[in-house]
Amino acid sequence: MAIRKLELLAVILLSIARFATAEEITVAAAADMSAALPDLVAGYTTKTGETVKLSFGASGNLTNQIRNGAPFDIFFSADEQYPEQLISEGLASKDTLYRYAVGRLVLWVPNDSPLDLSTSGIKALLDPFVKKISIANPATAPYGRAAEATLRHYGIYDQVSSRLVLGENISQAAQFVESGNAQAGLVALSHALAPAMKNKGRYWLVPLDAYPTLNQAAVVLSKSSHKEAARKFLDFLRSPEGASLLSNYGFSLPAGKN
Amino acid sequence: MNWQAFWLTVRLAAIVSTLLIAIGIPIAYWLAYSRWRWKFLVEAAVSLPIVLPPTVLGFYVLVALGSRSPLGRWWALYTGHTLAFTFEGLVIGSLLYSLPFSVQPLVSSFGAVEPTLLGASASLGHSPLQTFRRIVLPLSKAGLITGFSLSFAHTLGEFGVVLMVGGNIPGVTRTLSIDIYDQVEAANYSSANRTALVLLIISFVVLSIVYGANRRPWGVGPWR
Repeated sequence: MAIRKLELLAVILLSIARFATAEEITVAAAADMSAALPDLVAGYTTKTGETVKLSFGASGNLTNQIRNGAPFDIFFSADEQYPEQLISEGLASKDTLYRYAVGRLVLWVPNDSPLDLSTSGIKALLDPFVKKISIANPATAPYGRAAEATLRHYGIYDQVSSRLVLGENISQAAQFVESGNAQAGLVALSHALAPAMKNKGRYWLVPLDAYPTLNQAAVVLSKSSHKEAARKFLDFLRSPEGASLLSNYGFSLPAGKN
Repeated sequence: MNWQAFWLTVRLAAIVSTLLIAIGIPIAYWLAYSRWRWKFLVEAAVSLPIVLPPTVLGFYVLVALGSRSPLGRWWALYTGHTLAFTFEGLVIGSLLYSLPFSVQPLVSSFGAVEPTLLGASASLGHSPLQTFRRIVLPLSKAGLITGFSLSFAHTLGEFGVVLMVGGNIPGVTRTLSIDIYDQVEAANYSSANRTALVLLIISFVVLSIVYGANRRPWGVGPWR
């Protein structure tokens, strides 16, 4: 009996040890990546056999968690400003910063909506049918700030501000309108193109000049204990295969450096 | 300190706990005196919110009462808007969320009333309703105070349901707990700290009222 227990203990200890040495990286990612990144990881796992854990949230929330010691290896932000703050605080390594796409904002409505986006564009929001408009919380989510900037750019912010509802991150903003609780939403193109929403509604692509550019950037964090594995994953992101997986979700590589 | 969020939260908690006493009294009366063999199933259902994750409740309020469901469409037809993102939506969510906190203290105080008093009242010609009003309710004062205070405090601290169905609208659905969350996430620790302290003090005061109301003036412990 005693031997049996010892054996069991040995097996448990060995399996714990195995988990501890496995080079599994943890990625903290902006919520606009919630559909694209699992695809990217699946491609990476098929190719290399390595696994990646994913954690999603508003970029501002994740930045704050990283400052407070969250055990992430890579940070995917929807806005370059957050990774740059982390670099200046010594929490991320500058040479790993990689701008992988420009995030696009869309105005999304469900299929059964009477709004005609193709002719009225953003002005569709002025229709009395629209009682609630979901956006991400501008305090923590870059897409929320982009949504506010867009409404101001078209001069309709004051007319619609009382109808705005704030999602905790851009995924919740998408869920609010996808579930029909809001009649329209300013959400990420990546969600509009994701299987969960693709056939449920239509969208109007907000022109890039309506809001400050959402430079999507990834960076390896200084406290990471798997820096090599993290760099390998970012290399896959840079590869043509990675880029093509991301482009399925409307994430295209920006013109210019990097 | 966000005073708008403070008063919104106090108003929500006051409305919910008042309604819960009104709803809770008949439910508790039935639970305390019914001899139906399947009563335990109702007891379990009433107590569900104690163990049910708030996210489950939030999910149901958002989807089952959303504009795609029959119930939600009926509500929208009647009121002109869906339940999500409104103060009424928070009230309904909170009623479900805090129900056991008003019902359970009421059931135990109704059940603690001496049965001979009920018999005496009936033999003097009082109807069950008169007996309840004149004997049971006055003797259940501690239960009423406890039920009101606990559901008030529980609603004050509600977070998950509000985060899921509220939409974070200032003055409508941005409650104190959401305000603290936002401040922490935006790294405004000093502001979060002040709000947190206010909630801590209120919670302590409310619980002191509960324990004060249930205090036994004459100790009868074996340690005497």
